[in-house]
Amino acid sequence: MNDDRLIQVTDLKKYYNNGEIRALDGVTTTIGRGEVVAIIGPSGSGKSTFLRSLNLLERPSAGKILFEGVDITSPKTDINKLRQKMGMVFQHFNLFPHMTVLDNMTLGPRKLLGMSKEDAEAKAMDLLAKVALQDRAGAYPNQLSGGQKQRIAIVRALCMSPDVLLFDEPTSALDPEMVGEVLDVMKQLASEGMTMAVVTHEMGFAREVASRVIFMAEGKIITDGAPDEIFNDPSNDRLRTFLAKVL
Amino acid sequence: MICCFDMPAWLSEWLAGIGDEFILNFVKDDRYMYIVKGLGLTLEVTFFAVLLGIALGIICAIVRSTYDKISVEMRPGFGKAVLSFLNAVTNLYLTVIRGTPVVVQLMIAYFVIFASSKNKVLVAILAFGINSGAYVAEIIRSGIMSIDQGQFEAGRSLGFNYVQTMIYIIIPQAFKNVLPALANEFIVLLKETSVSGYIGLEDMTKGGDIIRSRTYSAFMPLLAVAAIYLVIVMFFSKMVSLLERRLRNSER
Ligand SMILES: Nc1ncnc2c1ncn2[C@@H]1O[C@H](COP(=O)(O)OP(=O)(O)O)[C@@H](O)[C@H]1O
Ligand SMILES: [Mg+2]
Repeated sequence: MNDDRLIQVTDLKKYYNNGEIRALDGVTTTIGRGEVVAIIGPSGSGKSTFLRSLNLLERPSAGKILFEGVDITSPKTDINKLRQKMGMVFQHFNLFPHMTVLDNMTLGPRKLLGMSKEDAEAKAMDLLAKVALQDRAGAYPNQLSGGQKQRIAIVRALCMSPDVLLFDEPTSALDPEMVGEVLDVMKQLASEGMTMAVVTHEMGFAREVASRVIFMAEGKIITDGAPDEIFNDPSNDRLRTFLAKVL
Repeated sequence: MICCFDMPAWLSEWLAGIGDEFILNFVKDDRYMYIVKGLGLTLEVTFFAVLLGIALGIICAIVRSTYDKISVEMRPGFGKAVLSFLNAVTNLYLTVIRGTPVVVQLMIAYFVIFASSKNKVLVAILAFGINSGAYVAEIIRSGIMSIDQGQFEAGRSLGFNYVQTMIYIIIPQAFKNVLPALANEFIVLLKETSVSGYIGLEDMTKGGDIIRSRTYSAFMPLLAVAAIYLVIVMFFSKMVSLLERRLRNSER
């Protein structure tokens, strides 16, 4: 099989209230290794549901998701093992408030990957240095600014050495002056070849950093293409209407 | 004795009477020991009953919130059957214990269930602990439910399974949130153990009552018992509010 395909999604459906709400209504797409996919679309179009289905935080009603060739919805698959390879960054950071920054970062590697405390902390400190927060290692989350929290959340996910990072509106809960510092970290990751799927309202980021942009509406992928095609020559009416509102 | 102002005769008589009463009720025959020993038993029963209650409460809270959270997405099978069974047992326990008076439970424990045991202290600890567990379960459960759903998701997305997420991430935060409520449960239980006399356990209340029955004077021994409860409760209430303030200041 083709090794470039990291995630393959086929006819993914997610219904709520016995099919009354079709959050995902037949989504098919592929995310390749090293790709940075921006997912845009109006509120309620199913972006979060799609992203959260990829690591099974939402259980699909129908369809198939292959991650590195493994069917993640199959009962035989150990989803906890697969999730270790899929980092997730949330809109509201979701740092563990009862632990220091360093403990937030080393909990997973120590308990799940069996790393020693020393190794896990050395790795965490390296990653903290990368986001210029090594002096905050002993701080608790409530002592950090929003931008700092989100940078910690990103490196916490990176501590597990994931093959892909999933972002759900990572800058939507931030004060405007802190958006840049988080996007810069994501930009750097992209340039290092990290595979990323990013639900975002930051059109500038989607245009500059993404290798591909997916536009969703009403639980479906409406268009899917290079940023140039999406932003410079939107042939689809709904996409044009959406872009006119957000740009 | 008291000489610095002119005391009316009735007052000095009354004071002298109080002194006699005091000697009769507490000093004579070392009667104060009923209260001292009783206080020891009251504290012992309360302390161990709280520990048992917390252990039972955590187990019940985990069973119930696990059932509420994951039974819907579980596939039918052995695991789901076990979980449903545990949940049903837990609900029965909570309903029965919270629907009946603690003093009745205590008597059933002593005269029916453990009728062969003469260890009143142990029976009291078990009865009050089992009773307290039903209330602690709700306290802990509310603590678990107060934790943001995002904390579960962050744990699960790192690759922790449900139980690991509970142990490393949810329970420590939940426990901290409900620590003041648990301390209050200790205070409630301390007062509730005063019905231990129903099984003949000589706790502090019973101690005061024994003195009353010997001296035919109810006022002093019962007021002394009340005052001691009050002082202990006020002391622990003060500790709880200090604890609450510290927890508030520490994080979040
Ligand atoms: N738990 C849920 N129960 C019912 N409906 C839901 C649930 N989660 C999402 N939805 C619905 O699914 C649709 C897609 O939601 P979502 O994926 O969050 O959209 P987006 O992230 O694009 O704003 C919305 O109509 C939303 O109301
Ligand atoms: Mg969303």
